Amino acid sequence: MPARAGRSRRAGGLVLGLSTAYLTLIVLIPIAAVVASSFEGGLSAFWDEVTSPSAVAALELTFVASLLVVLVNAVTGTLIAWVLVRDDFRGKSVVNAIIDLPFALPTVVAGLTLLAVYGPKSPLGVDVAYSRAAIVVALLFVTLPFVVRAVQPVLLELDREMEEAAASLGSRPVTTFRRIILPNLLPAILSGAALSFGKAVGEFGSVVLISGNIPFDTEVASVHIFKSIEGDNPAGAAAVSVVLLVLSFAVLAVADVLERRSRRHDA
Amino acid sequence: MRSASGSRYTLRTMALGYLALLLVLPCSMIVYYTFKDGLGPVWEALTDPAFVSALRLTLIAVGIAVPANTIFGVMCAMALVRRPPKHGTWLINSMIGLPLALSPVVVGLALILVYGQNGWFGGWLTENGIEIIFSTPGIVLATIFVTLPFVVREVIPVLREVGTDQDEAAWTLGASRAQTFWRITLPAIRWGVAYGVVLTTARALGEYGAVAVVSGRLAGKTETLTLHVDEAYLRLDEVAAYTTSLVLALLAVLTLVAMNVFKPRTHKEVADVDRSPPGHEALR
Repeated sequence: MPARAGRSRRAGGLVLGLSTAYLTLIVLIPIAAVVASSFEGGLSAFWDEVTSPSAVAALELTFVASLLVVLVNAVTGTLIAWVLVRDDFRGKSVVNAIIDLPFALPTVVAGLTLLAVYGPKSPLGVDVAYSRAAIVVALLFVTLPFVVRAVQPVLLELDREMEEAAASLGSRPVTTFRRIILPNLLPAILSGAALSFGKAVGEFGSVVLISGNIPFDTEVASVHIFKSIEGDNPAGAAAVSVVLLVLSFAVLAVADVLERRSRRHDA
Repeated sequence: MRSASGSRYTLRTMALGYLALLLVLPCSMIVYYTFKDGLGPVWEALTDPAFVSALRLTLIAVGIAVPANTIFGVMCAMALVRRPPKHGTWLINSMIGLPLALSPVVVGLALILVYGQNGWFGGWLTENGIEIIFSTPGIVLATIFVTLPFVVREVIPVLREVGTDQDEAAWTLGASRAQTFWRITLPAIRWGVAYGVVLTTARALGEYGAVAVVSGRLAGKTETLTLHVDEAYLRLDEVAAYTTSLVLALLAVLTLVAMNVFKPRTHKEVADVDRSPPGHEALR
């Protein structure tokens, strides 16, 4: 038996070693290369790239558009989750299933179809192509599932006794929602919102066709990075990438904390 | 009571209206634009050598990335759950989460900085005549990078749930490590693995940004299906762009169906509703 146990421990070590080697080769080395390249010319060169007018414009646009998208998502996502949990109608399971469509559909296809509906040949007569509004529409599409899927399970497990008590004491539905339901949903809404923000900040495929990528106007950060690479300025691309990297890490950390809090809440 | 049901219909109309405008209408436009001029141009687009080569390249990328990340995912999950290392778990976890948090363009840039002409390994690769960037290996590496987290993130919770009792029983009865894995562990986690594989495949088929950076975009050579959509659209070949989009969209719908089949089985105790969206769960 001891020999067997020893062999098994070695095999366990081998599995861990192989996994770590794979992760290092695929993820760690490339990311290290980005960070190293951004600081190649020293801190001042990094700072110059990040504060160049076009980089600032792109980062600002990305940040503001993502924030706007998150606010819309917090409302519409909660609304959709509410309807999917509390309402009942024919075809509800289909509606529930298509919520994940933006995840399954390639982003470039999403961009193309949004351009068909909200572009120059719009059947609705709404043409927002090559404007900032187009960026918001594209980001709303790709981030749709996050808040819905975060709120849905919490709403499903929410105890309805409190609501009924409030209603029987004469509270109006709006008041019951605001005072009883919303506080319970808030951690889940915020966690879904944080994930939406993370996705929106780095989004490329759905935005690139519909936004027109006009510098200082509709060029988002990921397109700015793409253009810097094509323009043979890898250090500039890397510098803006590091800003996005730090931002996404911060957002992930926030989402993680909120997620844990929301789980404790409904436990 | 009347006002309560009235507000219910208002909420329902608002939710469904939003989904119709944002999701359903755009997606149905793919079908409309594909068949706008009848079947002839569609057939032409599907038999165009550039499309066929794009399909082939996408299948190659999927065919390598999915098995690679599945094997890695199961191994890594086993190591993290069954024999967690004393140090560095946080580093492994953040490396696993990183591909989901990162802009795909940054992934492409990272690969260029390592494997490109002036990259870390560039000199050695050029000396040995190995081409990675602007070639198939670069596209495969980009696809592996962006799809890395899905299997491992799906398998970890399932492994935690099944515990080690059955494995220990088999082990005590004299089964070898390999036998225990193939006969006990793998069957227990198979739905989790299957769900992870579906997510990996969907993401691999649809990857655009990372691939766009490293491909060099030679039509008929280093173009995947998603790049073909973009390229066809830019040369104003609408039918080709929408036909390729339709192929990708049908694969997406297939993914949705598979997700709904596998998801309930991975978490048997939650039957009524998806606990979280795929991207969401993987992001944790």
